[in-house]
Amino acid sequence: MTSRSDPGAPSRPADHIDSTEQVGGEASVTQPKLGFVGWMRFGWRQLTSMRTALLLLLLLAIAAVPGSLVPQRSSDPNGVTQYFTDNPTLAPILDGFQMFDVYTSAWFSAVYLLLFVSLIGCVIPRTKHHLEALRARPPRTPARLSRLAGYTERPLMASDLETRAPSSLAPRSAEEAIDAAAVQLRKAGYRVERYELRGEASVSAERGYLRETGNLVFHTALLGVLVAVGFGGGFGFSGQRVIVEGQTFVNTLASFDSFNPGRFFNDTSLQPYRLSLESLDAVYETKNADALGQPIDFTAHVTVAGQGAEAQDARVKVNEPLYTHGTDVYLLGNGYAPTITVTNADGDVVFTDSVPFLPQDANLTSIGVVKVPDGMPEQLGMVGFFYPTQTQLTSGAYTSSYPDLILPVLTLNVYEGDLGIDGGTPTSVYTLDPSGMEQLTGGDTGVDSIELKPGESAELPNGLGTVTFEHADPDAGEGDYAQSVPRFASFDIHHDPTQIWVLVFAALILGGLLVSLFVPRRRMWVKAAKRPDGTVVLEYAGLARGEDPGLEDAVTAFADAHAGPKPSSVE
Amino acid sequence: MTLDEISILSVYSAMVVYAIAFIAFAIDLAKRGAAVTASDVPARAEAKVAVGATAGGRPSARGGAAAAKAGGEASDGAVSYGRSPALRVGVAMTVLAWALHLAATVLRGFAAGRVPWANMYEFALTGTLIITTVFLVVLLVSKHDLRFLGTFVTGLVLVLLGVATINFYVSPIPLPPALQSVWLVIHVFVASASVGFFALGFALSVVQLLQARRESLAASAKAAKLTFLATLPSAATLENLAYRVNIIGFILWTFTLMAGAIWAEKAWGRYWGWDTKEVWTFIIWVVYAGYIHARATRGWRGSRSAWLSIIGFSTVLFNFTVVNLFFKGLHAYSGL
Repeated sequence: MTSRSDPGAPSRPADHIDSTEQVGGEASVTQPKLGFVGWMRFGWRQLTSMRTALLLLLLLAIAAVPGSLVPQRSSDPNGVTQYFTDNPTLAPILDGFQMFDVYTSAWFSAVYLLLFVSLIGCVIPRTKHHLEALRARPPRTPARLSRLAGYTERPLMASDLETRAPSSLAPRSAEEAIDAAAVQLRKAGYRVERYELRGEASVSAERGYLRETGNLVFHTALLGVLVAVGFGGGFGFSGQRVIVEGQTFVNTLASFDSFNPGRFFNDTSLQPYRLSLESLDAVYETKNADALGQPIDFTAHVTVAGQGAEAQDARVKVNEPLYTHGTDVYLLGNGYAPTITVTNADGDVVFTDSVPFLPQDANLTSIGVVKVPDGMPEQLGMVGFFYPTQTQLTSGAYTSSYPDLILPVLTLNVYEGDLGIDGGTPTSVYTLDPSGMEQLTGGDTGVDSIELKPGESAELPNGLGTVTFEHADPDAGEGDYAQSVPRFASFDIHHDPTQIWVLVFAALILGGLLVSLFVPRRRMWVKAAKRPDGTVVLEYAGLARGEDPGLEDAVTAFADAHAGPKPSSVE
Repeated sequence: MTLDEISILSVYSAMVVYAIAFIAFAIDLAKRGAAVTASDVPARAEAKVAVGATAGGRPSARGGAAAAKAGGEASDGAVSYGRSPALRVGVAMTVLAWALHLAATVLRGFAAGRVPWANMYEFALTGTLIITTVFLVVLLVSKHDLRFLGTFVTGLVLVLLGVATINFYVSPIPLPPALQSVWLVIHVFVASASVGFFALGFALSVVQLLQARRESLAASAKAAKLTFLATLPSAATLENLAYRVNIIGFILWTFTLMAGAIWAEKAWGRYWGWDTKEVWTFIIWVVYAGYIHARATRGWRGSRSAWLSIIGFSTVLFNFTVVNLFFKGLHAYSGL
């Protein structure tokens, strides 16, 4: 390490602006040969230097950019699929450079891990040094204060701090004046030490050790965040589940539509509580002409019941997740789940369920799929469009013009054949693979799509049976569709045990930053200096340890408080 | 007339007054140049002395502070320069424009029935108001006379307001559920406050670079263009000021990032997901962290760190414009 004449100064990398500059550069460079240990030491010193840390920081900023230019698998998996479709030649090349997983890529990780190694290499010796500095006494008073910052002098006279009137000034001894300065400095938060050099009494004082403490806390807490984030992903899980009004979800592994466990996650830690969606209230703007149909509020009214416990009412809103049984439940989406019933030619019900339809636009034009595997001569599939407020475009196609249920219409295209679900390969409930099927209505078949309003039924083609769009509120008046179709809520259920630690470290980062940037670390000296003519003059001076724009004012203010304003300004 | 129409009228009035202020500040800069040319010979000599005071080693904080003291209370520029009428008009017009701007923003908030920073137009309106506010507050509290920055501040605010009213305007509409949170008030306001400080830091860093160039030319006794610079503080002083403004911006930005993460956890179920806006918030944070480290690194203090301050504010502007408008992500609240 750099040799330093001043043991009280914060330990810094050799190229820090506050560390002593070495003449002739680094010692190791001038050595003719470096052994293995020498090279290691040289490399370590390079890695922990300010310049390297700075370059790694800038590299980190640049390395983060591609992730915002190209869709990422973590945040936008559909975008990645689309990108591969749009750029069939470029995408695999980019994928080879992990461009779709930038923030977990080898090169991005390399940059931030090197940065953190550099950080550790800097923080450890500094912490050790700081702990020593905290026990050390302020250094000896320099021989000539006049060369230091904010230097000022005052005559050695007693001052009446209450009035500061010139009449009350009377002689006092140098010892008394220095004693008083030491007391005042200690009161102002300085650590003080008396010195007697060449017959001149002086006090040496230092304050602002908190600045270095804050700096170290800041950097250590950054490491803490990295570790907490790393472990948080490992122990937690996140799962998604769609629940239709009136349905219940039990918090077990099999009940999730999709589930992403962390590396160390153990499914026995899931508490099997029951979450029922009683109702989902959606409010849309009706008055403001510029925002008609804009969502105003989504509230999911749920009941939660632990094992053997009474069900309790709760609600989940978009910005108000529900914290229950060690999990966080978020309302991330909603839509309509029309209740559809299918009977076969004999009149037996072969399918009845509320089918979640996925919204495609802001007015909730939605697409859903009905799969009837059994009870029909052949397997039956239906692709449906649902329009909460049906409108016909000039092209003749239907669309929805408002997200609430004003004129709900369901259209169904019927397919017959092999649904492709018997082979055991998992298929999405939201898509239908028509490759092994024959289309019976809509499209090029020449048969119109089935079109239903709530409460209506229609014959399936070829006398296969009937399909009914159930009205969820049969007692409603003619034309009142407000409650005619059940809604579904899409919940995300998370558990992240280390999240609280990330928050704690984030608070430490902010606190450490504030302290390290705004608490000035400074030294101050007061000396009763003997002039050649025998008079004694009080000298004041300061020294900044790091950024300290207020140092000179502080020295002047202290001199004024200790011995009164400069005589010239009193008169 | 609706409240929003009055608000827009107020914005246009503020823009007119900002334009007057901009012209007044520009005239002041021209007069500074003339004043320097008039006192050319003594000015050069003085400039050399002033540079000599700091050019011995690396210009340091202490050197800068000492130079500031030596140059008198108002400015440590090589050529002393009093208060020109144009400068006074500029400041007075800026205050008037600020008042109109404030009225416009408050009215917009009442028209919408919520805080006026929920889409790009409103964010621009509030953000520029904060830039002017920070500028005026700094004028009040700073020991240095920073009124020369008025040309930059009023110019920037004028351009941004123009773009906002013409390209970003949307009529006031209610908040979608995702934005109905107390964090909208905190997160977005602190973000725009931090932009206000970064803008001022950027301006100071630009002038610092110009000044450093002039000082090095003056040191080698060459004639420098942009003679008005002789009336402005030294490069070292400008660097210290830029640093102080930027660290306030940095702390606010750190808070923005954290508040955003807390809000993201509530609204989207995760505190960090590398959404495009999160990525750019992170990039800005890292660039300014680099700036702060550069200032503490031997060989990087001075002009090199000033470049990082300039790059930093460029990323802020990029984040506000290009990322908002052209990048896909969850922060899709531009309203456009």
